[in-house]
Amino acid sequence: MSAADLGMLQRPNDRLRRRRAVNRGMELLAWLAAAIAVAILGIVVWSVAKRGAGELNLDLLTKPPVPFAIGPVQQGLANAFAGSLVIVGLATAMALPVGILVAIYVNEFAPRPIRLGVGLTLDVLNGIPSIVIGIFVFGLLVVGHGQKGWVGAFALAVLMLPLAARSMIEVLALVPGSLREASLALGVPRWRTTLGIVLPQTVGGVVTGTVLAVARVAGETAPLLFTSSIVGNQTSWNPGHALQSIPVAIFELSEQPDPADHARAWAAAFVLLLFTLFASLSARWLATRSRRKIGRAGR
Amino acid sequence: MRETKGVSVSVSSAIERAVRVETKREPLPPRERLQQVFEIEDLSADYGSNPALKDVSMEVYKNLVTAVIGPSGCGKSTFIRCLNRMNDLVPGFRQTGTIRYHGQDIAAKDVDPVAVRRTIGMVFQRPNPFPKSIQDNVAWGLKVLGMKDNLPERVERALTQAALWDEVKDRLKVSALSLSGGQQQRLCIARAIAVEPDVVLMDEPASALDPIATQAIEQLLHELKSEYSFVIVTHNMQQAARVADMTAFFSISRGDEGERWGELIEYDATEKLFTAPSDKRTEDYVTGRFG
Ligand SMILES: Nc1ncnc2c1ncn2[C@@H]1O[C@H](COP(=O)(O)OP(=O)(O)OP(=O)(O)O)[C@@H](O)[C@H]1O
Ligand SMILES: [Mg+2]
Repeated sequence: MSAADLGMLQRPNDRLRRRRAVNRGMELLAWLAAAIAVAILGIVVWSVAKRGAGELNLDLLTKPPVPFAIGPVQQGLANAFAGSLVIVGLATAMALPVGILVAIYVNEFAPRPIRLGVGLTLDVLNGIPSIVIGIFVFGLLVVGHGQKGWVGAFALAVLMLPLAARSMIEVLALVPGSLREASLALGVPRWRTTLGIVLPQTVGGVVTGTVLAVARVAGETAPLLFTSSIVGNQTSWNPGHALQSIPVAIFELSEQPDPADHARAWAAAFVLLLFTLFASLSARWLATRSRRKIGRAGR
Repeated sequence: MRETKGVSVSVSSAIERAVRVETKREPLPPRERLQQVFEIEDLSADYGSNPALKDVSMEVYKNLVTAVIGPSGCGKSTFIRCLNRMNDLVPGFRQTGTIRYHGQDIAAKDVDPVAVRRTIGMVFQRPNPFPKSIQDNVAWGLKVLGMKDNLPERVERALTQAALWDEVKDRLKVSALSLSGGQQQRLCIARAIAVEPDVVLMDEPASALDPIATQAIEQLLHELKSEYSFVIVTHNMQQAARVADMTAFFSISRGDEGERWGELIEYDATEKLFTAPSDKRTEDYVTGRFG
């Protein structure tokens, strides 16, 4: 390269300078957008923690609320925590097996058109607002029969189903086809191949998808308002009755005039937030682990 | 042929050497005395609207090693995957013609592909052991297929036949993924022969292996062919010359509208095909003048 060329590089002309400015501008914009996303999470966590962490104690988890309390009675939300556990647990038990079976059918057995059709259905189902699911289940199971914990669980299960199925489909797609071929070439039927070779590869992925789906629906309020919200204060584990839940409790407490109720609402919100954060992070961790494992198997 | 340049001369002399070494074994009996395993007639195959194979007709004989050679994309894999209905799994795949296996047409729609694959096993180009222990890799197929008697003996026998037993006998419970590529491929061979198939199809089983592992696998073919019939796809002509009794040469043909498909050009005893091919295209290919 001659000296003249080097001089050109050292003394950039106008166009070059402008290009650099645009480049730097775009970089800054992208950085800002990323910073905003992080900041929003930070602000949410911080503001909930600030108001809720102080109220967080063992009594909140173990003591039931006391109606018309006079004086400094220790009040808790045990009924809401117990109810959420039952409802979300039941919802998972309903949605997970169906989701896994749907995914297995779609990924391992279905012809292409059906696969696309079911995939689209899952996407649409996933996009339906939860309040619509709530009123649908209300019309289907609550009208004339009353609210029940398991009906609330059913509504949440409808929300979970597309999440569970979608994530399972993704995991199944990661299992290398060469493993299926290896088994089929031995003269092993499809279903035995699926059970014995494909599914064991997906355990990590199933756990990840489940954790994410649970985290996602644990905070759902709308479907539960219709199906499991008219409740007393005693702690119950019986899904045959309407059960209180954390999100509904937060909603109701926030409507009360008493600042002590607001404080408990914040504390419950903080618990929900911690749970979601923990679930997301552990799901992340599990996902990388299982992906690495499947990757090793494929090669 | 005489004016070939240095490179191709050395290739062909290497082949001749290999052929000479190998042909010390007993000469093939005349073809009509051999027992047929496959009788393939007018086999054509398409992926969607793209033809992959046209009008392949040939026989595969019992207790021989049959090699399939030819340039990349000529349909070698497509061909041997037709022989155990592996292509059924490929969306859009269609085939016509008949493939008679001991007289029965296995290409027919009403034949259960699972039963076909039960007697016609396959080893793939890339080693694909199950992510299970070495022992379970061999035993899994046996268990599923109900060959549960003498399981440990069966596993040992298969691993011995695949020339792997001595290397793994002390760590049968270790994950198969910890084996080297060559060991994994021999494990896949052990897995395939453990279920006692009649025919073993191999799609470039040595292409990912070093010369020593390759030699181990070639040795194994020699030793096992008294029990099985092998069809082996290979890119490596010396390998075909070393291991195969019969060799089929496939090549790519081009249509008027630019479409390409694979065709069987010549099928003969390996020695004949390599030293006195009757088709010009075969000659060009085996002397390294393929263009
Ligand atoms: N799953 C598939 N879908 C569509 N086309 C395919 C598929 N498999 C192979 N083909 C096409 O069929 C033709 C033959 O392929 P095939 O894999 O049988 O060739 P090959 O002789 O085995 O080549 P190589 O030596 O590179 O392995 C090629 O043109 C290829 O593009
Ligand atoms: Mg191939």
